[in-house]
Amino acid sequence: MELLPTIWFIAIAVLWTGYLFLEGFDLGVGMLMKGFARNNTERRVLLNTVGPVWDGNEVWLLTAGGATFAAFPLWYASLFSALYLPLLLVLVALIFRAVAFEYRGKVDNPRWRARWDWAISLGSLVAAFGVGAALALTTTGLPINANGDREGGPFAWFSAYAVLGGLAVVGFSLLHGLAFLALKTDGDVRHRARQWFVRLLPVLLLPIAGWAVSLQLLSGEIWTVLAVVAAVVAAVVAWNFARKGAEGRAFLSLGAFLLLGSASIFGAAFPVVLPSTLDPAFNLTISNASSSDYTLGLMTIVACIGLPLVLAYQAWTYWVFRRRVSDAHIPDAHSFLPAIAAKALAPKD
Amino acid sequence: MDALEIARWQFGITTVYHFMMVPLTIGLGLVVAVIQTMWHRTGKPEYLRMTKFWGKLFLINFIMGVATGIVQEFQFGMAWSEYSRFVGDVFGAPLAMEALLAFFVESTFLGLWIFGWKQLKPAVHLACLWIAVIGSAFSAYFIIVANSWMQHPVGVEMINGRPVMTDAWAVFTNNTALVAVPHTLFGALAVAGAFLLGIAWYHLWRRRHDGIDTIGADGKVIPGEAAIPGRDRTDHAVWIRSLRIGAVVAMISFAGTALTGDLQGKLMFEQQPMKMAAAEAACHDGTGFSILSVGNVGSKNCDDVVAVIEVPGILSFLAKGDFTTEVRGVNSLLDQYKADYGTNLPDNPIYGDRAGQEIQYVPVMEVTYWGFRMMIGFGGVAALAALAALWVTRKGTVPASRGLMRLAVFGILAPFGANAAGWIFTEMGRQPFVVAPNPDLSGIDQVFMFTAAAVSPGVSAGELLTSLVVLTAVYAVLLVVEVKLLVKYIRGGVVAAMPELAHVPADENEDATPRDGGPGKPGGTDDVLAFAY
Repeated sequence: MELLPTIWFIAIAVLWTGYLFLEGFDLGVGMLMKGFARNNTERRVLLNTVGPVWDGNEVWLLTAGGATFAAFPLWYASLFSALYLPLLLVLVALIFRAVAFEYRGKVDNPRWRARWDWAISLGSLVAAFGVGAALALTTTGLPINANGDREGGPFAWFSAYAVLGGLAVVGFSLLHGLAFLALKTDGDVRHRARQWFVRLLPVLLLPIAGWAVSLQLLSGEIWTVLAVVAAVVAAVVAWNFARKGAEGRAFLSLGAFLLLGSASIFGAAFPVVLPSTLDPAFNLTISNASSSDYTLGLMTIVACIGLPLVLAYQAWTYWVFRRRVSDAHIPDAHSFLPAIAAKALAPKD
Repeated sequence: MDALEIARWQFGITTVYHFMMVPLTIGLGLVVAVIQTMWHRTGKPEYLRMTKFWGKLFLINFIMGVATGIVQEFQFGMAWSEYSRFVGDVFGAPLAMEALLAFFVESTFLGLWIFGWKQLKPAVHLACLWIAVIGSAFSAYFIIVANSWMQHPVGVEMINGRPVMTDAWAVFTNNTALVAVPHTLFGALAVAGAFLLGIAWYHLWRRRHDGIDTIGADGKVIPGEAAIPGRDRTDHAVWIRSLRIGAVVAMISFAGTALTGDLQGKLMFEQQPMKMAAAEAACHDGTGFSILSVGNVGSKNCDDVVAVIEVPGILSFLAKGDFTTEVRGVNSLLDQYKADYGTNLPDNPIYGDRAGQEIQYVPVMEVTYWGFRMMIGFGGVAALAALAALWVTRKGTVPASRGLMRLAVFGILAPFGANAAGWIFTEMGRQPFVVAPNPDLSGIDQVFMFTAAAVSPGVSAGELLTSLVVLTAVYAVLLVVEVKLLVKYIRGGVVAAMPELAHVPADENEDATPRDGGPGKPGGTDDVLAFAY
């Protein structure tokens, strides 16, 4: 077994886990803009809990993608081209969602806001579903040929695992978003988020558990099965903390659930990075899909410097914005007198 | 249409679009950081207002660069999987580093800057913006390192038919990148300069038009006050200073692009002689720089091109620094390329249906010739206009002419045009290669790739057409939205970005308010949200 490709397999698993942990809650909060938030003030409470951090969280996705390109170019090329249309959907969802965060409050008009609210909630939903489907399919397989190209047309990727993975990330993100809101807001939103968390936890974690368990049946090992059991324990612990009102611990326990669940999934998939459903001989593995040791060595040095720095300054950001947000903190809607509209008031010489 | 053609159109459209937002982000970010530093040092209210106003426009634009940047990274794997497989060992690293070392910094610290007006000490808050701006420059560096490797592949060895990185230092100090980075950064500053100049001109004109500012007997401006929030004497200082900063930035950045562009040109004459010959529509070897050449549109025969006006010696000066060295023209290069790389695409499955087709070594000359001239022309016009603007406004305001105001506002587009033309020229001039071969480096001369081999073999033309249509439509809608929002906030003036100006009594200005000056609830004491979505 090669050392550097193994390290980079772990690094990419860590990047995806970091992405799901961080963007997970802002995707969840985004989805909750519809259905959970009851009025404009509550929606703004939701938005402002993730306002300073969502963009930094999304960079984890870019880093996971870029690291896959650098460390496993053949994995990157096969996965991204095979999932052409679903990833197009993810891109469009992420574009609208990003722009919506920034533009929603820029015009004081209910119709304008309603449109961007839909962009945020649907964008978050579609992005979470698409990322989940892609991750599930890279663990369960795609119809790729000897060159790594998809056979069977634009929809050949579709399978029950795609749906399961999509639901898994949507469900986890929703729950994680609720845990985050309970931790970061005050008043009614906080109360309701905790209530929803306790009620919905079993349902929302079911698909991700299903994905982890089915992967154990496909290619599990003893330690990965144990990781699934530990993840279930972490979920129960999270539920119990939330019931008692210990929001911070509930949030962290759910994080532990994600860590264990993702370890069980990536661990079971290892050393295959993209199985071929046509012929196991076409499987992409850490050996036949990776970059040279020189490149991986360079990237290892860069990651050892870069990643701790990222963790440090992102942690600092969460510290700076640690205060809970509530209805009372939301300033008045951003309206202004355009200078031009006021020209009639100007003195004339 | 062929899948390859669609994928190329998509990459071109999405990249040129992305690169409308990015230069404004880089250039305006630096300008706002400088202005906030001036506010931090002097405490003058006009600098705070300038920070808030230009910062608001910066953010409206920034998010579009972010949103369209994700497409760029995904697109290599989605539409260009053969390219990704071929270059991944060397090309993926700068992209991953861009995300890990630069874009993380930019996004995180910009979030701190936007929301941290009250939570952070003023010096720390300012430092966050500087860190984000430096991050965006590093971002540009890593992306250009990746692009430069496609223009001039270095630091690799061919192993099993693929380039494998053997010398990271060579890749990250590629001379092509080292001149392209400052060229691109100056190009970004040129955009910011024209942006400040045009918008500040509009507001100074507006103040005259509304009768707030008047002209004294000595021809100098007499700034006035109107009983409208934000339209006081400080407002005049905001715009005249913005205008002057913009004009100076525009001129410096043109000088910078010209100097770095000259170095880049000389490199390109060595590294990609065909690109430069095509930039000149120079069919035969010679020394003359063409001012105007015409040919039969669409003609593939170089000899149809006739140089109408040509200045002898100048082409040699651009290429080699003297007036006599002959620069090779398209015709003699064509023979050399055919001898070195064949006349037809090899019979290899990675070319798909394109295998065996004749290779067109001459780029589309209408594009390279005019792209090169538009880049220089737009850049030069913007710099001359900036110089004229400084002269015209020496007495403190702009002329009352509505036509001149419109010219200044539409002038904002000139450096955008120069940037787009420059990139279209350099990318289309590289064709038919996606990784251009090095003509003079004997050791690794097998490192090249035809664009015809780069597209994803498993992706159908239908899929590519779908994404081309969807992305173009989404981008078009968002362009309308962004421009409308920018116009709204530009017309709104400073008070649009600083609603607190409307809340203070008329006889006070923000001098009296605390330095943080964020838009909290009037009279409230909360510091949870200094800024709120």
